[in-house]
Amino acid sequence: MDATDTSHPDYYHRVVDCQWACPAHTDVPEYIRLIAQGRYTDAYLVNRESNVFPGILGRVCDRPCEPACRRGRVEDKPVAICRLKRVAADLRDEIEGRLPKIPQRKNGRRIACIGAGCASLTVANDLLPLGYEVTIFERYGQPGGLMRSNIPSFRLPERVLDEEIGMILGMGVDLRLGTPVESLRAMLEQGGFDAVFVGSGAPKGKELTLPGREAASANVHIGISWLESVAFGHIERIGERVLIIGVGNTAMDCCRTSLRLGAREVKVMARKPRGFFKASPWELEDAEEERVEIIVNRSPKAFVVQNGRLTGMRFECMEYELDARGRILSERVSGEEFLPADDVILAIGQENAFPWIERDLGIEFDRWDVPVVDAQTFQSTRAGVFFGGDAAFGPKNIIWAVEHGHQAAISIHRHCEGEPIAERAAPQVTLHSRKMGMHEWSYANDYAPIERRLVPHVSLKERFKKLNIEVELGFSAEQAAEEAQRCLNCDVQTVFAAKLCIECDACMDICPVDCLTITGNGPEAELRTRLKASATNVAQPLYVSAALPQTGRVMVKDEDLCVHCGLCAERCPTAAWDMQKSHVHWPHAADEAAALEARKPKIA
Amino acid sequence: MTYITKPKLTHPSLPQNALGMTRRAYEGALSTLCAGCGHDSVTAAIVEACWRLALEPQNLVKLSGIGCSSKTTAYFVSGAHGFNAVHGRMPSIATGANAANRRLAYIGISGDGDTLSIGLGQFCHAIRRNLDMLYLIENNGVYGLTKGQFSASADIGSRAKKGEVNRQPPIDPVLLALDLGATFVARGFSGDKQQLVPLIEAGLQHRGFALIDILSPCVTFNDHQGSTKSYAYTREHDEPAVQADFVPREAPILVEYAPGEAREIALHDGSRVVLRKAAEAYDPTDREAAGAAVKARMAAGEYLTGLIYLDPEGGSGEFHALNGTPQEPLNSLPFESLCPGSTGLQKVLGRYR
Repeated sequence: MDATDTSHPDYYHRVVDCQWACPAHTDVPEYIRLIAQGRYTDAYLVNRESNVFPGILGRVCDRPCEPACRRGRVEDKPVAICRLKRVAADLRDEIEGRLPKIPQRKNGRRIACIGAGCASLTVANDLLPLGYEVTIFERYGQPGGLMRSNIPSFRLPERVLDEEIGMILGMGVDLRLGTPVESLRAMLEQGGFDAVFVGSGAPKGKELTLPGREAASANVHIGISWLESVAFGHIERIGERVLIIGVGNTAMDCCRTSLRLGAREVKVMARKPRGFFKASPWELEDAEEERVEIIVNRSPKAFVVQNGRLTGMRFECMEYELDARGRILSERVSGEEFLPADDVILAIGQENAFPWIERDLGIEFDRWDVPVVDAQTFQSTRAGVFFGGDAAFGPKNIIWAVEHGHQAAISIHRHCEGEPIAERAAPQVTLHSRKMGMHEWSYANDYAPIERRLVPHVSLKERFKKLNIEVELGFSAEQAAEEAQRCLNCDVQTVFAAKLCIECDACMDICPVDCLTITGNGPEAELRTRLKASATNVAQPLYVSAALPQTGRVMVKDEDLCVHCGLCAERCPTAAWDMQKSHVHWPHAADEAAALEARKPKIA
Repeated sequence: MTYITKPKLTHPSLPQNALGMTRRAYEGALSTLCAGCGHDSVTAAIVEACWRLALEPQNLVKLSGIGCSSKTTAYFVSGAHGFNAVHGRMPSIATGANAANRRLAYIGISGDGDTLSIGLGQFCHAIRRNLDMLYLIENNGVYGLTKGQFSASADIGSRAKKGEVNRQPPIDPVLLALDLGATFVARGFSGDKQQLVPLIEAGLQHRGFALIDILSPCVTFNDHQGSTKSYAYTREHDEPAVQADFVPREAPILVEYAPGEAREIALHDGSRVVLRKAAEAYDPTDREAAGAAVKARMAAGEYLTGLIYLDPEGGSGEFHALNGTPQEPLNSLPFESLCPGSTGLQKVLGRYR
């Protein structure tokens, strides 16, 4: 293998698994350390810089960071990253003075955002401090988009939503509520905007066309529309027996909301076995804790209507033959089953829909009628029109929408400055040694062998009394301090200087997880088999040093299970190993603006 | 000295030995030696060898004297028996323990000071008795614990850290052992575990006295230019006599060697040492030739390493055979057979009247 190029900004970034997995690249280890020190406000601001909505995301993020967390590989369970984020939001002080300053003098550029969801709000958050005027058009009477209409208040309290959305609105957004955009042509031709950002989400729930659907329509609901009606107070009751079709996160919200609106018996109907569920494991757990029954291998066949009223549904009972890896080889119908129900909620997916975009504006739509959007710049095929959030690539989640917003804001700024939008500032990584002196390191490197802390919940008796009782109570400061100790500080990197190494073997002898080997070089696949512990997780890279001075062998590190304890650096007599904190600088619109400003000729 | 606690957790795919134990189960306390000390690598090699041999920790005895090297018995197999003797007196303790219980495996760890100065007499007599033990010398040419004075193994012309040149000739433990009739003599280097681990395995299985002199650089006082026992010097002047692999008794023969390429020597318990890729036709069963080869290399300023001499029979005068020690440990024998009683004593005394 060639010697690893650690100067590439991705190398050390990738070692910080959580940050690498996060679409917005939130500096997780940094804010966890701040929480451990009780610096909640600072922790909140580290979060806000990248993910804009720490209080919201600390409750309902899809948490791609947690399955990626290294702790989940060396032990069973990852660090409760998401729940720690919430602690920072819950326990912080006032931050008003520390939010970006909004210039009095505007730059004369006007931006329109369509839909007041997380993507548009992020665009506003990034552009307002640069002097832009941002107008957000929202069809409903309240801002927040799907965060407000689709996430039940027992998971995300209104207070938290209002507070974090308010921070952005307070920067001076021109918010037009109850103003659906009926025609993009009109906006482009008469609006006087320098750029338009479409962040209108994926508001259309999928339909299930089966016999009886028409006749039963009074008691068959589309999941996301139904949740929306609940959120805005239009629906307050549901029947006693409810069937939910589909087993994604929307289904989980539907079944738990039903329980709070009077349902006594809620069944979630899944077509396939458990391994195929789309819902996040923790959402399934929470639903099952509330005694929702999840029934697998039932494929909906018909709505059964008697005397003009829904009485239940018929399902085909499915049998699947799976291979060793759990993939379906074949399926067959083994019978039929009738399940009685008073109401049925369909939660089988959602789509974006753009009936208000004329198709002759130069905005191309593909064969699925989805706009063609550049994955890096988020620009459509018409210059100056950008898409982000679920509107861009279909339903994802909040944290992806936020990152889309950040990237679109960069594009909008470059577009307005007349710069090519694809040539953006690259991410950078800086490294600083944590060595303080002999045996002194400025980070907590002791491995804390404690298990993941559980978040306390409101009792099953209490939580159903009102729709908006938040079920999760969040960690206390003490619980958070304990959980924070589980973080391995993956951003405190093991940095190796080959020319200093005397090949005494001290590092490889001491490494608790046998991730270091000094050996002859070879092709990667072969090298992976002859390390001290074989490196079978090919998703994790090998570090290979330059040839060592005394023997020409190489130092190989399998990044997979390194716990960043620093013993290699502690035991290294020549400081060839050092523990250095990496900081990933992921550019936002403000950085782009500063870079462009620096390039302008100075007038003496 | 290290203040960070070594995490207990292990790599999930660490292999297990015949006892179902991982290498980590053979570790001891965290080393308090200087970072980069060769002795820590020797410790790691012992851990690896004991794990590979699937030694039961309670069947191992660790013995040492005084010095940096002698501290290391604390750093491996914490479940084994241990005895930290007076300076240079480890062989006496080993003799006593060995006589009392021949069923245990004995590993003595000493340094060049502990063995070649204050303990030289004890060392010579342990060889003469052909004690059934593995004796390791962690040889770095200096007294590390007292700030780096030359030891008795320092080579002529070798420079101390502050610049003085050593003018006294070294005592070479390998030559001494060959001369005194040791039945297993090897030299290793702490920086070459591929060579060292099989030597330790074979030495532990050898019946009779097994000596491995291990060049183990003192990273603090003897790893500079001008030293003849630094990492760099040892690597440049290391002349392997022969590559010796250890094959345990149960292991099937996996590799077929072409004739002339390898040679097998069986040890008393059925395990084997496979010798291969010798630089020249080196015969480690010829004591005279072995001594000559060591001297020739020494004259050229090089270290002959690897398995230098082996008498697989353990020699005629193996300690237990010679002294008729009982098979059973003394602590398991009935009182009557341990103590002759007053009539028995009278009989013995009668012999001298």
